[in-house]
Amino acid sequence: MKFREYKVGSRMFGMAFGLSMTITLLFPSFDLAASVVSEVGLDKQLTSGWDSGWQLQDLFLDGLNKPLKVLVRKDPKTGEPMEPVYAYVYPAGTSLPNGVNHPRNLGLGVEELSVKQGRINEAKKESGAVFLIKKSDKLLDFEDKPLSYMVNATATKGWTPDEVLNQAVDSDILHAGAGKTMFVREGCWWCHTLLPEQTQDWQVFGAPPMLGDFNGESPTAFGSDRKGPDLLHVGSRNGSREWMMLHFFNPRLVQPHSIMPRFDYLWGEVDADGNKIDFDKWRSEYDKYREGKITTPPDVPMYAKDSEIRKLIDFIVNLK
Amino acid sequence: MILKYLFAKNEAIPVGSAAIFFGFSAIVWFMIGTGLGSFNAAKLAFPDFVTGTEMFAFGHMRQVHVLAVIFGWISMAFAMAMMYITPILGNTRLWSEKLGLWNCMMWNICLLVGLSLMWMGVTSGREYSDFPWPLDLAVAAFISIPLAVNVWMTIIKRRTQGIYTTNWFFAASTFMLIIVFLVGNLPEYFHLTGLTEAYMTWWFAHNVLGLWITPVAAAIAYYVIPKVTGNPLYSHRIGHLHFWSIVVFYSTPAAHHLMSAPLPEWLKSFASVEGVLILVPAIAFVSNILLTMQGKWNMFVENLEVRFTVVGVLLAIPLNMQGGFQQTRSINWYIHGTGWMVAHAHLALLGFSTFLEAAAVYLGLQTLMKRKLYSLTLGNMHFWLLLIGFSIYWVSMTIAGLIQGAGKIYEVPYIDVVIAEHPYMIARWLGGTMVFSSTILWLYNMWMTAREGTPIPAGRMPHELAYER
Repeated sequence: MKFREYKVGSRMFGMAFGLSMTITLLFPSFDLAASVVSEVGLDKQLTSGWDSGWQLQDLFLDGLNKPLKVLVRKDPKTGEPMEPVYAYVYPAGTSLPNGVNHPRNLGLGVEELSVKQGRINEAKKESGAVFLIKKSDKLLDFEDKPLSYMVNATATKGWTPDEVLNQAVDSDILHAGAGKTMFVREGCWWCHTLLPEQTQDWQVFGAPPMLGDFNGESPTAFGSDRKGPDLLHVGSRNGSREWMMLHFFNPRLVQPHSIMPRFDYLWGEVDADGNKIDFDKWRSEYDKYREGKITTPPDVPMYAKDSEIRKLIDFIVNLK
Repeated sequence: MILKYLFAKNEAIPVGSAAIFFGFSAIVWFMIGTGLGSFNAAKLAFPDFVTGTEMFAFGHMRQVHVLAVIFGWISMAFAMAMMYITPILGNTRLWSEKLGLWNCMMWNICLLVGLSLMWMGVTSGREYSDFPWPLDLAVAAFISIPLAVNVWMTIIKRRTQGIYTTNWFFAASTFMLIIVFLVGNLPEYFHLTGLTEAYMTWWFAHNVLGLWITPVAAAIAYYVIPKVTGNPLYSHRIGHLHFWSIVVFYSTPAAHHLMSAPLPEWLKSFASVEGVLILVPAIAFVSNILLTMQGKWNMFVENLEVRFTVVGVLLAIPLNMQGGFQQTRSINWYIHGTGWMVAHAHLALLGFSTFLEAAAVYLGLQTLMKRKLYSLTLGNMHFWLLLIGFSIYWVSMTIAGLIQGAGKIYEVPYIDVVIAEHPYMIARWLGGTMVFSSTILWLYNMWMTAREGTPIPAGRMPHELAYER
């Protein structure tokens, strides 16, 4: 049977569908591609690295292939004390973020500064690199905002990843990149948005994100279904790691009405001292406390330095 | 028993094997999906219910529920409907039963693997397109493309001159699904980041509903109502209007899902206006089907398949009234990201579309197996448990969403919102559990239909026979 009588229909269909794809995909892509990355956006992409969802270098979302955010207090070369500054350390073999691989992604102005002054195209995945964020005295064309750009400190100052990590104490090293992987894997974003809304939310959850705050970040994990507070600026509201630790172990310890699940399994097998954590004992004691048989809840074990919960808390308190 | 035909000659495979395989798979996935939904709802009402295990954490199970229902239940019921209805409307056989059987088997395997990995936390972190890209490619290669080829070839090889409305929708939607799926996952293949990634995520999520689920569910109604009532479709012209306005209007408002993100303002305004225009296909569809029922409204009471279909069509009215207006800026700021949206999503998938798919599966399995439904009582119980369970869910989540919206605009401490929502969370769990139990009854009923249903004589439709139980 010939398809002849439907030729006109098929062409109309192609035109209609093609037009809608042009308007909804092609046109917005011009606008989005023209966005200029902000300082927040640079910090986000350098903190979270190449990707926080599934990737070939991290098949089971264990937080592999991720950079570290380090507070540098001493010059890694000389050991002299210096004005503290955050450095983003990509140990050898760690994938570089999108803005380094594709500087066009950074937008007009930032691209030029990052390549010419920041020398980011000299960064190599194989040898690793250390990045800094610098403010320039140049203003963005349409806003009174100074442009920030990426600096490859390995090229400009000779800082190697090992040197930067060696000078830092453990509490100055934030595993925020790996923590974002935990945030995605554990589905935190099914209940907590990372998107304060433009029309309200300013007073409690803080300023909504602006254009340029996301360049190079993937996934953005905005979330769509809020069942708990927005977390985009949670680190500014509550930066207490102790509170976070109690809250993750059992949210009802600090907020009796919370419906958040317990994330005690992220502690792993052992606590900070290397002792095995007896979860069954903890839970039965907690039940006694809940029933009013004992007056204080059992102590929450201090997490180990390399536990998954440490990474997640690093990510959460870093959400400023 | 159907698997023995996987390596048989195409001519040797009984007509309808693929559709029957798809039909039963769909019901089983519906049971799994709603079971997970009920479990998740219990965790929202009682957070310490099954605690301390990664595998049973809410964040690991939520997306498995969503994808099991969309890819397992809804889409497999669609495949069943296509493999049953497309050949009948073309007065021919399915182009390849063998391809259909392989398609169904690979579909089940892909879904089993994908959802198990998802359960372990292997996700791309993008809502609705949660599968990592290798699985996306597998879904395209083994699920949507073979289905589309089978449907198109059946339509091309038809033995009728015209193409009926249902088949326009089937042909166009299978095509659009492939495009939407492959384009919507571009951020993963090419590592697009930032707002582009966020926008494409919602471009996909919007279009998979608008260009796949909504039109295919409607196409089922276009077949079931005229076929079972014996009335001709009220208006072919209105069917045209429905089809073209779906393609033109439903494919454009993706940005209205991100009204609070810093997307270009022109895009948000455009999406919002186009979003209201969704009322055009909606009104065309609902009026066309309800007017086709003229003079046969007694069947709405007496006939199970018609009752399922018409309830699905009636639920399209609140669905599209919500959908058209809740995305405008004046309303969206209040209800965005609240339980209202959860209620709306369940109105679309568990209300409107599930009732239509259930009608197709009831009618198709009886027709193809040539067996009258085993028990009308169980069928009625399924219908009422599903309808009441869904209504409890929808009403409770709508109220919870309005509370949450008020809490949001007055910037009430969030914990007070959580406390205020608690009773509605319990109601939602009860409603969801009713839906889950209805699917168990349904599976039993269909299984017994296959085993012990009264044989339907050749040339007869199932609804022409009396029920025996």
